[in-house]
Amino acid sequence: MASRKDPMGIGLAVLNRIASSPAIDKLGLRKQTEKAVYHGTRTGFQAAGAAARTFKKVKGSGKPVRQARVGDSGVYDLTPTEDQQMIVGVVQEFAAEVLRTSAEEAEKGNDTSKEVLAQTTEFGLSLLNVPEELGGLSEERSAVTGVLVAEALAEGDMGQAVACLAPAAVATAISLWGSDEQQQTYLPAFTGDDVPAAALVVAEPHPLFDPFELRTTATRSSDGYTLSGLKSVAVRGAEAELFVVAADLEGTPTLFLVEAAADGVSVAADPSMGLRAAGLSRIKLDDAAAQVLGDGDLDDYRECIRLSRLAWAGLALGTAKAVLDYTKEYVVGREAFGEPIAYRQSVAFMVANIAIELEGMRLVTLKAASRAEQGLPHAREVALARKLAGEYGMKIGTDGVQLLGGHGFVKEHPVERWYRDLRAVGLMEGAVLV
Amino acid sequence: MINLETPKKFRAFVQQANQVADNFLRANSRKYDLAEHSYPKELDLLASLVDGMSDSGQGQGAGAAGVRRGEDEDGKKSKNAVKNGTNMSSVLSVIEMCWGDVGLLLSMPRQGLGNSAIASVATDEQLEKYKGTWAAMAITEPSFGSDSAAIKTTAVKDGDHYVLNGEKIYVTSGERADSVVVWATLDKSLGRAAIKSFVVSKDTPGIRVERLEHKLGIRASDTAVIVLDNCRVHESNLLGSPEVDVKQGFAGAMATFDNTRPLVAGMAVGCARASLEVMRDLLEDAGVDIDYDRPVQSQSHAAATFIQMEADWEAALLLTLTAAWLADNRKPNSMEASMAKAKAGRVGNDITLRCVELAGSLGYSETSFLEKWSRDSKILDIFEGTQQIQQLIIARRLLNLTSSQLK
Repeated sequence: MASRKDPMGIGLAVLNRIASSPAIDKLGLRKQTEKAVYHGTRTGFQAAGAAARTFKKVKGSGKPVRQARVGDSGVYDLTPTEDQQMIVGVVQEFAAEVLRTSAEEAEKGNDTSKEVLAQTTEFGLSLLNVPEELGGLSEERSAVTGVLVAEALAEGDMGQAVACLAPAAVATAISLWGSDEQQQTYLPAFTGDDVPAAALVVAEPHPLFDPFELRTTATRSSDGYTLSGLKSVAVRGAEAELFVVAADLEGTPTLFLVEAAADGVSVAADPSMGLRAAGLSRIKLDDAAAQVLGDGDLDDYRECIRLSRLAWAGLALGTAKAVLDYTKEYVVGREAFGEPIAYRQSVAFMVANIAIELEGMRLVTLKAASRAEQGLPHAREVALARKLAGEYGMKIGTDGVQLLGGHGFVKEHPVERWYRDLRAVGLMEGAVLV
Repeated sequence: MINLETPKKFRAFVQQANQVADNFLRANSRKYDLAEHSYPKELDLLASLVDGMSDSGQGQGAGAAGVRRGEDEDGKKSKNAVKNGTNMSSVLSVIEMCWGDVGLLLSMPRQGLGNSAIASVATDEQLEKYKGTWAAMAITEPSFGSDSAAIKTTAVKDGDHYVLNGEKIYVTSGERADSVVVWATLDKSLGRAAIKSFVVSKDTPGIRVERLEHKLGIRASDTAVIVLDNCRVHESNLLGSPEVDVKQGFAGAMATFDNTRPLVAGMAVGCARASLEVMRDLLEDAGVDIDYDRPVQSQSHAAATFIQMEADWEAALLLTLTAAWLADNRKPNSMEASMAKAKAGRVGNDITLRCVELAGSLGYSETSFLEKWSRDSKILDIFEGTQQIQQLIIARRLLNLTSSQLK
């Protein structure tokens, strides 16, 4: 059995992965060698998983492995652990040097480049919530780390952040709720070198979507279940090899594992307002073979919805921070009527309010995450974090454009992209997890 | 390790404070709202209790005892350990007390804002001299509010005394306190740097209470107009340095506010929590189900409004606790204190008003506390720096602008 890593263990493991990787040389990568060819040009649904691997079933030995809860320190504290500081430091650098600079390119290509994805694999993004015993990085739940990482990535670019985090969401779901057999069958792919594209798919494309009232349904079959229905917000759907799909099983929303190579799974690109680098897609399921993830417990499903909303709140924090920093610089540099526009209260107070609301939503999000990893009730805190991130995240996005005026509306500045990305936060379900 | 729960060592004390707030403050809340200007005698007993707790080093009582940075008992512990100290416990205490009644907290004997100033900046001799006093704070004058550099009250040196002349308004507990910390200028031409504060005992000849205000809310708290007419105080009553240091400017005088802003934010948080709790019960009685897992847009408008209010409240709470946490750990918190005050001030007012709206004529009636709390909350977005002043402080810091650039 793997020994428990000491306080610096996880961070060092991450750094080691980076240091020993040839990709470190690519950290400053500007041009993408392989330009993503997109599926946005394709029309209609195509059979999914053309290049997908088949996952060889491994018999489990009984009990699934779970991460432990984090202990209650009893002290009010906002200092990240040394591990978290190291991980976030690395991710921030990656976000600033790679994601921010390739954001426009990725958006045009409607996908995130293989190089960028490979780099996140190399620093173990999909391993954060996988138990050490199964090849992951930590023996303890780390929802706070998840939020901090999502925040750091999205400060670079939310679209690519979502693409990078999508396989991690599936690995996390299998780690948290999968059976022993499912962990043994699927997790090795996520802890290896060639991490598959994979997506946690909860949303459905209809108004007032409620993840507790799903239209996609599961039916028992002779050797498992089959799913039918239309799902949306499948990240990089055309590339995905494995899906975790939410479907209604006899009145109870339940998570299912669906292999992309299965019959009856087809995928269509669904280019949206923003998050274009995430390659959002719809999935059509026609009696597609599926297996229940773990016990199919409703509490697990609730937890999945909450942790996903937390991840979206984390993403909003990063993009909102990008808006704050960008507008701070802009309003001081931009002159009108003979002086910087920042000298006007109507302008300066908008920036002040961005900072106030961002800090407020950040603290509530961190509180929700820390309660989640400590095993405390957190439904309320997650709902509040989501409300703030949706409401003020969008307000910050729209105020960011407003502060730049006409400049905010054109693509010479990234603010209009942040505006489109931030619209997603309050309505998204699934896709990312902490 | 990131953790935003109430510190373990304060949990029992918060429970106690809540009991006190319920039995001494909430229980007398309506009585003194209706009987404006009458002395809440029930508080005398409570104040002795609070003094006892402070003397024995337990907690912060009503929380207005002021803060001397880095001198709490945790200061002796390991330098690197994260501290939850007196700033945090004071804020937690104030939240509970104002859940009971804001006006009565402000009327707590020996817990005046003047006490806070004395505790924060007095020398050891002065601390000893003013031990046990109940000190009000007198800054505002008829001709200015937020612009406290515009002070007209003068202090003229005469031998080893200063002679004070001027009129002060909005002096909380001005009638009940036994001393007043008066802000006055030594030399108007030298601007902010010449503004000093003096502890003036109420029995000094030349100081008198002119009248009491009738107010929108916090009626349990007396708000006095105080006149200083050739009032002579000994030079040892001056708080801080008597030198006029133009470079240091206003910083010394304003330092008190970095510590008290989170407390006022805590007042708004406590008051708004009272409204939210009552509102939640009323909604449940009315059959409104609040579901944290279902999307808000699929729930009733009342439920969605409630979740929105709770979200804003939680943000205000955590901004407030974080400002206190920074102070306890000796990190700069001026901007964070203003953020807490700005957010808590505005959402405290918004929440209490919306609760009245949701409760309809029941909320509007004196039969419930909702209408009272929505009157009390308004002052919390005004005193100790209005919403707009907080925004100025925050914006100047964020954008690195001076007060002559961003006016």
